[in-house]
Amino acid sequence: MAKKGWFTKLKEGLDKTRQNLSSRVDEIIKYYTDIDDEFYEELEEVLIMADVGVNTTMEIMEYLRERVDKEKIGNPDKIKEILREKIVEILRSEEECEIAYPCVILVVGVNGVGKTTTIGKLASRYKAEGKKVLIAAGDTFRAAAAEQLDVWGQRAGVQVIKHAEGSDPAAVIYDAIQAAKSRDMDILICDTAGRLHNKKNLMNELAKINRVIDREYGKAHKEVLLVLDATTGQNAISQAKLFKEIVGITGIVLTKLDGTAKGGVVIAVKSELDVPIRYIGVGEGVEDLQPFDADAFVKALFDE
Amino acid sequence: MAFEGLTEKMQSALKKLTSKGKLTEKDVKDAMRDVRLALLEADVNFLVVKDFTKRVTERAVGQDIMESLTPGQQVIKIVNEELTELMGGTQSKLTIAPKPPTIIMMVGLQGSGKTTTSGKLALHLKKQGKNPLLVACDIYRPAAIEQLKIVGNKIDVPVFERGQRDPIMIAHEAVLEAVDRQFDYVIIDTAGRLHIDEEMMDELLNIKEKVNPHEILLVVDAMTGQDAVNVSQSFDEKLGIGGVVLTKLDGDTRGGAALSVKAVTGKPIKFVGVGEKLEGLEPFHPERMASRILGMGDVLTLIERAQETIDEKKAAELEKKIRTQQFTLDDFLEQLQQVRGMGPLDDIMAMFPGVNAKKLSGLNLDEKQLLHTEAIIQSMTIEERTNPTIINASRRKRIAKGSGTNIQDVNRLLKSYGDFRRMMKQLPNIEKAVKKGKFKLPF
Repeated sequence: MAKKGWFTKLKEGLDKTRQNLSSRVDEIIKYYTDIDDEFYEELEEVLIMADVGVNTTMEIMEYLRERVDKEKIGNPDKIKEILREKIVEILRSEEECEIAYPCVILVVGVNGVGKTTTIGKLASRYKAEGKKVLIAAGDTFRAAAAEQLDVWGQRAGVQVIKHAEGSDPAAVIYDAIQAAKSRDMDILICDTAGRLHNKKNLMNELAKINRVIDREYGKAHKEVLLVLDATTGQNAISQAKLFKEIVGITGIVLTKLDGTAKGGVVIAVKSELDVPIRYIGVGEGVEDLQPFDADAFVKALFDE
Repeated sequence: MAFEGLTEKMQSALKKLTSKGKLTEKDVKDAMRDVRLALLEADVNFLVVKDFTKRVTERAVGQDIMESLTPGQQVIKIVNEELTELMGGTQSKLTIAPKPPTIIMMVGLQGSGKTTTSGKLALHLKKQGKNPLLVACDIYRPAAIEQLKIVGNKIDVPVFERGQRDPIMIAHEAVLEAVDRQFDYVIIDTAGRLHIDEEMMDELLNIKEKVNPHEILLVVDAMTGQDAVNVSQSFDEKLGIGGVVLTKLDGDTRGGAALSVKAVTGKPIKFVGVGEKLEGLEPFHPERMASRILGMGDVLTLIERAQETIDEKKAAELEKKIRTQQFTLDDFLEQLQQVRGMGPLDDIMAMFPGVNAKKLSGLNLDEKQLLHTEAIIQSMTIEERTNPTIINASRRKRIAKGSGTNIQDVNRLLKSYGDFRRMMKQLPNIEKAVKKGKFKLPF
């Protein structure tokens, strides 16, 4: 199979169902000659089906109505353009993701979203850029999590600091920080065990890890990435909210966009919590994890 | 616990109805609009929501209901019935082979929890006295085989693995071995895959054709959004699944996937996974789940869990003690330990009718508190435990020191022990009330 460009892949990922956003919007636009309540309702439906969520959908619809009234738009054709602009506006983030070295990246998320895989890919990515990378196997809970990370480490040619299963994750992170300092690493990526955000004690454990990083490696630039699964629905908002509260997430990685899920929930997350999306994953390969680009994302969401 | 957000919203939507003596069609429609939003926010599939509110409205605006004495209650009853129906009506059990071994295939997306669920299912069967074999067919994800082996080790269930060889052959050989060594169940853990990945889906089809499983269970993450329907439809079309296992139900997910999957695929939810411990797998009961969503509690599951963890002999002994009012702090300690064995506290509390899970979170039901309580009791002398009235100020001081707590904690415990005793005295009366039908559940 010929290697596809990653934009094609993203498009393909977002394009898999015939009922994707764009074609549904087109259908509605073709069907209606006037902009009336029914037209709005159908559009609402499309957004909700893409997991954009009730609140954010309402917000977008209100904006649409306002623009339509103000500019006296009578024909549905223009709507698509406005919709697109609005979503790009929501998703775009002002600040660029600039990394200063040394850098420590803490990766958090609920169970099964792809934290370990994302770390493997990130490590390969930074390594290929010529950085000195170290991984901390902070998931001491799940059976064989450290082994999984080890395999990724070998693939990327990156060393993994690990302890035995069931040991204190904060201790692993502590050791990894000491190692990163003494070996003069550019980037330390810390894995953590998947945890449901409503488990108080597990979240406290995460706060402790965060404290250890701040205390032991205060001079390093810190990023906290929350990994979200694109198939997740409105629960993603609650996840982002709680993780933000406990460890102050600085960015989001959206994984598994290569399925039929459209990941519309990131629009809601960005709109309600203003956490920027940093990376998106559109496939299993190392090169399938890419920096997020609002224009490209929305383009893929809407283009034929 | 899952559904709490949905429960809250549904209750507030329906409360407007119960507070009215007379209902108009508009009242019902307004309430249904709130119900619609509540369901959509809970990720229930859009089309399912549309259909659901339409059906409830149609039934609710009928003459009999509007003119009955308690129209609000009647509408809630309809919502409850329709919710139950939506989730499959009655409990669906595992399909079992006429002649062992029963072959079960676990399939699903990456990260939905197949390996953990395989382990949980194996333990569930083992507890029923069965003899399961786990088969490691996930040859792709790094260390997946290792993970299943560790899980198998924990629950003392053998794991069949042949490294990274062809999963079709591994499955086939495992079944042969199961027949040979007389296992009752073969649980095949497959690799996670996207439902649109033709090649990987073909692999599942090949495994299916080779081993002819009696049951194919699709593992679905309860937090899945609108896409849950696409996923389950694709897996069902390709493989003909027999049922669904819903995992991670202990998050604060509103569980919309649970409400959509059955409606769209027609395939029932057979089990739900709660918690990270391997004991956390329960059969799915649509009617109980519906009453949980409507805040009506789930007494049946509570009783079952209690039966599972509480030793009957001990329970009888305890009953006698309560009747004769000889309930000591030692017994209190034992009670606490048994309650802890039943699962996370907030989870248990949420099963009580009328208990709003949202309010519970304010109570801060910390498991650690129980540990403190245990420590306090264990710092008492035997005499103190049997006769707590002798605990004076200096004893309190000593107990607090011994247990690493403070006097206030000790006081609090003694007070709640007193309350508990008083409550227990009234227990026979409650029993009588239930028999006479005086003790009613909220609905």
